[in-house]
Amino acid sequence: MIEKLSTLWPEITLLIAATLSMILGVSPSLAIRRLCAPIAAAALVIAGLLAYGDDPRAATVPNLALPHLAQYGKVITAAIGLLLLLLCVGLPDRDYEAKLARGGVFDALRNTRGEFYAFFLFSLTGLMLCAGADDLIWLFLALELVSLPTYIMVAISTSRNRSMEAAVKYFFLGALGAATFLYGFALIYGATGTTYLPKIAEIFQAQYAAGGLSGIAVAGLVLSVIGVCFKIAAVPMHFYTADVYQGAHASVTAFLAFVPKTAGFFALMLLLATVGWASGEATTSGLPQPLHTILWIIAVLTMTAGNVLAVLQNSVKRIFAYSSIAHSGYMLVGLIAGPVVGDGSLQSSGLAAVLFYLVAYGVTNVGVFAVLASLEKRKAGAAAETTDEVDSISDFRGLCSTSPLLGWTLVISCVGLLGLPPLLGFFSKMPLLTSGIRAGEYGLVVVLVINSAIAAYYYLRIASTALLESPDLASSSTVRPVGIPTRPIAGLAAAACVVALSLYTITDFARFGAKYDLPHKQVIPAPSAPSAKEAPAKSPSAPSAPAAQPQANVPGATTTN
Amino acid sequence: MLLTLLFTPLLAALLVPLMPKHAVRQVALVGTLVPLALVIFWLCTHNWFVGPPQGVGVDAAWVEQLGIRFTLGIDGLSMALVTLTAFLGPICVLASYSAITTRIRTYYGWLLVLQAVMTGVFLARDAILFYVMFEFTLVPMFVLISLFGSTNRKAAAIKFFLYTFTGSVLALAGIVYLAWFNTQLPGKLFDGSGSWTFNVAALVNAGQKMSAVQQTWVFFALMAGFAVKVPLFPLHTWLPLAHTEAPTAGSVVLAGVLLKLGTFAMLTLAIPMAPIAAITYAPAIAVLAIIGCIYGGLICWVQTDVKKLVAYSSVAHLGFCVLGMFSFNAAGLQGSVLYMINHGLSTGALFLCIGMMYERYHTRNMAELGGLAIKMPIWASFFVLFTMASVGLPGTNGFVSEFLCVLGAFQAGGNLGAFAGSTGGNLGPFFAFAAGTGMIIGAIYLLYMLGRVCFGPLKEPLGHADHGHGSSHGAAHGSGHAAAHGSDDDHAQHLPADLTGREIGILVPIAVACIFFGVYPKPLMQLIDKPVMNTVQLVESTRKEMPAPKAAPSAPATPATPAKTSTPAHTDPAKHAEVPSAPAAAAAAVQESHS
Repeated sequence: MIEKLSTLWPEITLLIAATLSMILGVSPSLAIRRLCAPIAAAALVIAGLLAYGDDPRAATVPNLALPHLAQYGKVITAAIGLLLLLLCVGLPDRDYEAKLARGGVFDALRNTRGEFYAFFLFSLTGLMLCAGADDLIWLFLALELVSLPTYIMVAISTSRNRSMEAAVKYFFLGALGAATFLYGFALIYGATGTTYLPKIAEIFQAQYAAGGLSGIAVAGLVLSVIGVCFKIAAVPMHFYTADVYQGAHASVTAFLAFVPKTAGFFALMLLLATVGWASGEATTSGLPQPLHTILWIIAVLTMTAGNVLAVLQNSVKRIFAYSSIAHSGYMLVGLIAGPVVGDGSLQSSGLAAVLFYLVAYGVTNVGVFAVLASLEKRKAGAAAETTDEVDSISDFRGLCSTSPLLGWTLVISCVGLLGLPPLLGFFSKMPLLTSGIRAGEYGLVVVLVINSAIAAYYYLRIASTALLESPDLASSSTVRPVGIPTRPIAGLAAAACVVALSLYTITDFARFGAKYDLPHKQVIPAPSAPSAKEAPAKSPSAPSAPAAQPQANVPGATTTN
Repeated sequence: MLLTLLFTPLLAALLVPLMPKHAVRQVALVGTLVPLALVIFWLCTHNWFVGPPQGVGVDAAWVEQLGIRFTLGIDGLSMALVTLTAFLGPICVLASYSAITTRIRTYYGWLLVLQAVMTGVFLARDAILFYVMFEFTLVPMFVLISLFGSTNRKAAAIKFFLYTFTGSVLALAGIVYLAWFNTQLPGKLFDGSGSWTFNVAALVNAGQKMSAVQQTWVFFALMAGFAVKVPLFPLHTWLPLAHTEAPTAGSVVLAGVLLKLGTFAMLTLAIPMAPIAAITYAPAIAVLAIIGCIYGGLICWVQTDVKKLVAYSSVAHLGFCVLGMFSFNAAGLQGSVLYMINHGLSTGALFLCIGMMYERYHTRNMAELGGLAIKMPIWASFFVLFTMASVGLPGTNGFVSEFLCVLGAFQAGGNLGAFAGSTGGNLGPFFAFAAGTGMIIGAIYLLYMLGRVCFGPLKEPLGHADHGHGSSHGAAHGSGHAAAHGSDDDHAQHLPADLTGREIGILVPIAVACIFFGVYPKPLMQLIDKPVMNTVQLVESTRKEMPAPKAAPSAPATPATPAKTSTPAHTDPAKHAEVPSAPAAAAAAVQESHS
């Protein structure tokens, strides 16, 4: 137990900062209350450095299928958490502080600043724990630690009723999702008698050797996957997305679009790694047949439903909600394709592709929502305080001429999400395509590319409204920037990443994070490695391809960071 | 050299937003003239008939983790199209002087970016770099159409973007599949060490090793992307709208160069990467091309908008180009490549002429126009010349290429039974005959347009002649077409009735080129000779290997089929003995149904 604690320094750092900000946040002194955000930022930096510097877990926990996932997950959590923090600064208690400034009396009970930053950090702690989970109970608790704070963050993000409603909806459906995967976890425990993931993997391999997974194990896995679909906003658990994203403040929406989704993908990777992508069953992908079929259907429906529904929307936040669903669908392609054994190249390993895509999506997403959060709409003639969030597409008319930096950030982010070369969105989608093709998932790849084309419609609509139309001066409400400088900074940083990361990518780290060891190599005979069984089928003219397989198992060329 | 060609317009595009307004046009002009000067210098100093110059290629690391490199190269074919691009560049800039008066920084900036990426498409020798450039042409074009187009411009821009984007993502899937196949080839261990490459030469090499079924999939994936761009018959619906709505220079670039990206990509990627499939499905593609010729022509015939007519004529003309390409013999391929150049010149010039007319009359409706030769004799002379080049009158460039394309299709009928001059292939006289019909229709609608617009009694839109800006023939009014175009006529007052010196200066180089290549196409044919002959050889060697004994049960050929697919004498005699493969049998069946 003690040695496990030593792997958790980043999480512990965040927890300390969360506690601190809870205490400081109720201070009657504004200067002290204002310390919350810097403390959170410092904690994220320290946690990121701690995670990046050393990975004791790989050494202390034996037999992990994905030994480096924890390190990768923690680092990207800290990095993108920092961007998200920039977005959220100034959000909690905005109205309340304004009232205090006009001479109100400070009331610690009415104040939510400390709680907001604490919950922000709790949720990120959950995400880090999720990446490092090696036990079903741990995984469940981590997933809940990710989600529970977000319910409250949605509720307190604005003082409008809509946020309240969104939070309640989010909470109930989240509870349904949690119940579903908890049921799944219970069944897996029933099938294997253990909650320790490497042990589960071992038992599953033994079941394969004896003729296939038991029905109860399959049922458990299927239920777990469907339950986790709530976190990644995939069909059939996607219904909450649009309402919740619209109801929450744009800064919190950005948080929702990245943190629970990433946690969900980490959980899916860990769960699927127990059965492995090299199960020995004759499927096109390495996943066992029922799981493969279900994930395949979920991926296709998620991509298509997300994009088609997004086309129909007029609210920008709803568009990005549905586009977030669609992006989950894209990533499921990489998940189905699965990793290659050892340090696969980025193009071959679907997991590396997903891990890279998560970062790319997270960053681009910050760019979009930073613009949304940086603007507010004021009705003509209304009082100065009655501002509203920008939401309709027409609010962005001529943004590039009224506020060029925000406008271009929005355009670059939208075009980046569209996947237009040569931006980050394209280079992150490429590995999904290549790994999908590598795994023989031609159908999925075709669905993916057609969906990218559907998606072009609504991204283009937003980008061209901002770039090409002239500002609507006659409108009854004016759109103007909010006076919080950190949000445009976050947006600009994100847009810069979208452009610059495509010049030289950080993909080696994703590759490292997706390093995949076959669960219990001694059980599995070598030829059942993922590409070995496909090579003869798809390349009749490549007789030596199977001979290349032993090469794949050599853990050579380890990437160092 | 290649980098200079690519980055000069890009550099100018970066400079444009920083310039004061009056200097923008000069910067844009310099940014397009420098590549043109370079290209001309290069054409003169190097003997391109021998082969492309050595050591000019560029190969730099780009996204190493994905195996994507920044590889540029050039051969005669790309040189010809780069020359066309560079030639049209300054013309587009000059042609926009009076038409574009607002947001000129945006306009010239994106025009220069477009110039650079189009050059990049022709130079790219890495499939992903090619794809990046190919896709990125959409962005400047999208901006140009949706900001500077006419009334329905937004719908046109979105339609243009979505159509071409959808096609090309499928092409991307095809490229990725091919790259994956390449990693599976013997000698390339699938060890995760990053052996993925998108080098075009490597992919072409790999593609030819694929089985016929795999090639078919790759071929159709690639063609889906490229056929939209060309555009081939059922996928052409974006084109007329985009053309009609685009500003003049946009139309010139669209017709002149952007459509050629599709045919260029077919010739350099789709056919070499999947030669078996290309040969097998050549009749199907040719049928689509011919439908394009005839159907496009018939639509042109009923148009009332001059610009739309010329736009649809592109559908018809590119049909000839594709038909020639899929004849796979020297005549057809030469004709096809010549067609790319000549169509760029003549149709580009037609769009310029129409743009100049539109700036004066603010209408393109043929019902409101007539007898313009009386009022604008210089303009009318140019218009007649370019229309004739487009019709394919002997002595103009259009004739050479159209004739060669149809000849190629005719000669490619060897599989139906050898005849004198046949080169083998699965098209034939019937295809040539059908395309010939298309040629006749082409002459009909173009001459019809010419007759209505240029000749007959003078007819001008109502309210136009009132301004009477220096015109000697102000009196002859139109016959009562009550279109109220007088209101937006204000800046036309700056223009004289006939062409200005600048406008004549724009049209003269194109006219010279049209006549020069009509009378003496030899330099151009020499330039493209090597790449074309390489393709011919590739196809011939593929044909010899094609009926390889594969999957015998898949060829339950009808008794009649083997007899019909008698091989021409000069191909491998081994072919006679084989049972034809299923695709070949299908192809033969297609021919039977046509003959």
